[in-house]
Amino acid sequence: MSTNELKTVKKPMTLRFSKQKKRLIDNAQLLTLAMPAMIFLFIFCYIPMFGIIIAFKDFKPILGVFDSPWNGFKNFEFFFMSQDFFRIVRNTVGYALIFIALKIVLGVAIALMLNEVRSRKALKYYQTTMILPHFLSWVVVGYVSYILLKPSSGMLNQMIRFFGGEGIDWYSEPNVWPVILPIVNSWKHIGMDSIMFYAALMGLDAEVYEAATIDGATKWQQTMKISIPLLAPIICIIGILAMGSVFRGDFGLFYQIPRNVGALYPTTDVIDTYVMRGVMDGSIGPTAAVGLVQSVVGLIMVVGTNLVVKKLDPDSSLF
Amino acid sequence: MKKRFSWGKVLIHVFFILFSLTFILPILSVLSVSLTDESVITQAGYSLIPKKFSTLAYSYIFSNPKKIIDGYAVTIFIASVGTVLSLLVTTSVAYALSRKNFAYRKFVTYYIFFTMLFSGGLVPSYILITQYLHLTNNIWVYILPGTISAWNVIVVRTFMQGIPDALVESAKIDGASEYRIYLQIIIPLSKPVLATIGLLTMLANWNSWQPSMLYIRPTHSHLYTLQYLLQRMLLDAQFAQDMANLAPGSLAMSEAVEVPSEGMRFAMCVLAAGPMLVVFPFFQKYFSKGLTVGAVKG
Repeated sequence: MSTNELKTVKKPMTLRFSKQKKRLIDNAQLLTLAMPAMIFLFIFCYIPMFGIIIAFKDFKPILGVFDSPWNGFKNFEFFFMSQDFFRIVRNTVGYALIFIALKIVLGVAIALMLNEVRSRKALKYYQTTMILPHFLSWVVVGYVSYILLKPSSGMLNQMIRFFGGEGIDWYSEPNVWPVILPIVNSWKHIGMDSIMFYAALMGLDAEVYEAATIDGATKWQQTMKISIPLLAPIICIIGILAMGSVFRGDFGLFYQIPRNVGALYPTTDVIDTYVMRGVMDGSIGPTAAVGLVQSVVGLIMVVGTNLVVKKLDPDSSLF
Repeated sequence: MKKRFSWGKVLIHVFFILFSLTFILPILSVLSVSLTDESVITQAGYSLIPKKFSTLAYSYIFSNPKKIIDGYAVTIFIASVGTVLSLLVTTSVAYALSRKNFAYRKFVTYYIFFTMLFSGGLVPSYILITQYLHLTNNIWVYILPGTISAWNVIVVRTFMQGIPDALVESAKIDGASEYRIYLQIIIPLSKPVLATIGLLTMLANWNSWQPSMLYIRPTHSHLYTLQYLLQRMLLDAQFAQDMANLAPGSLAMSEAVEVPSEGMRFAMCVLAAGPMLVVFPFFQKYFSKGLTVGAVKG
C-alpha cells in the first residue's frame, strides 16, 4: 500500500519536473541569447543593490564589506544631522525644478517658432546649430564656460569692463550660480528638447490649421488656440515623467561647470557631487547612506509619477 | 495684413540667426583662443578673433604627442569595442524578449526593467569594482559596467516586435536555429534602431571621463580618456602657470618664448572635441529619432 501511495505522489512530481525541463530545453536557445545581458546586469546592477548594506556599516577597506562592523543608523544620523543635508537636497530639487520648467517653456517656444520657418535650408541650419552642444562632453562645455567666466581674461568680464563696470569674480561668488547653471544646462539641452516638441507639433493634424486659416484666424491665434492646447497633454506627460528624476543631479554639469570650487558649494553642490566627493575622500559608509536615501526617494518618485501618468494617459506611462 | 505677416516672419528669422550665434560663437571662441598668441591672451584676455595669430600651442602639443595619442587610443577603443559589445548584448536579449513564445519573457523583462527603477548607488558599485573585481587601472572598467542599459533593451525590443512573426516562423520551418534567425534575419532588419542606439552609445563612450576619475590612478595616466585628459589639462595647466609665476623668470628667459600653457589647453580641447563635432551632426536624424522611438511598455 505504501508503495502505491508513493507512486501516486511521485508521478505528478516527475511529470511536473519533466515539464519544466522540457520548457527549459524548448527555450534553451532564446535563454542563451538572453543570458549575457542578464549576467552583466546581475554583476553590475544586482550585486551593488545588495551592497547597500554598506550604508549600515562602519566600513573599513581592509575588512571588506562583510567583515566591517555594523553601526545601525549612525551613517544616516550623521547625514540628516549635518548642515549639508538641507543644502544638497535643496540644490538638487531646486535646480531640477528650474531645469524642467525651462525645458518645457523654452522647448515649446522654440518649437513653435521653428514651426513657422518654411525654408527647409534655414530650418536645417537652425536645428543643426542648436544641437551642436549636445555632442560636447561636460568637460568641453566647461572649457567654453571658462572662456566666458574666467575672472581675469574671460569674455563676460571684458564686456562688463568695456561698459565701465567692474569685473565679477564668478568662481567665488555663489549668488550668481543659480542663474549661470540653468543657462548652461539649457544651452546644452535646448536643441534636443525643442526638436522633441517640434516632432510632436509635426504630428498634429494639418487640417485643423487649414480650417482655422479659412476662418480668418491669425498665426498668433492659431498658436495660442490650437498648437498649445493640442501640445498640452504631451507637455504634461514630459513634465511629470521628468519629476521622477527630480532627486538626481547631472554630475557632469554640477562638477565641471563650477569647477568643483569649494566656495561655490552653497549653491552648486548637489547629491551627486556630494556622493562623488565622499567616495574620493574615502568616507564610504556615510556616503553609501546618502546614496541609499537618493535611490529610495528616486524609486518612490518614479513609481509615483508613473502612477499619475497612467491615470492621465495610459499610453505614455513607463510601465 | 499681408505685410504684418511677413514682418513676423522676419522677426522669427532674426531671432533664430541671433540664437544660432549663441551656439556657434562660444564654440568658435575655443578654436580662436587655441590659435591666439600666448602674450596676447595674458594681456588682453580671450577674444573671438585672434588678435595675434599663432599655432605655437599646436606645435607644442605635437612636439610631444604621446599623451594625446594615448588618449585617442583609449577613447577610440572604448567607443568602438564598447559600442559593438553593447549592441551585441543588447540586441540578443532584445530579440529573445521580442519572441512571444519565449517562456521566460515575463521574468526577464521584469529582471531588466527593475534596474531602471532602483540602483545601489555609486558607493557599492565603486567597492565592487575596485575591491572585488579588481578593475582599477584596467581599460575594461570603461566598458563592462555600462555594457547594458535597460532603456536601450526596451527600445530595441519594441522595434523588433514590429518585425512580422511570419518571417521568424517560416525560417523556423526551414530548420533555422534561433541564433541563425537572430543573426541573419533580425539583425539586418533592425538596422535603423541599431544605428540610433549605436550612435547614442558611441557618443556617450566618446565623451566619457567619470570612470577615469574614479578608477584610473595617476600612475596609469596612459589609460585616461581624451575627455579626462582635457579635464586634467585644465587643472595641470593652472598648476604649471602657478609654478611659472613663482619661478624667477630664468626658465622663460632661457627658452626665449613663453610656454603657451593657456593656448595648449584650448588646442587640446579642439583636438579632442573637434572630430566629433564635425562627424556627429551628419547623423543628427538618428539622434532625434532616439527621442521618439516608440512606446516603452512591457
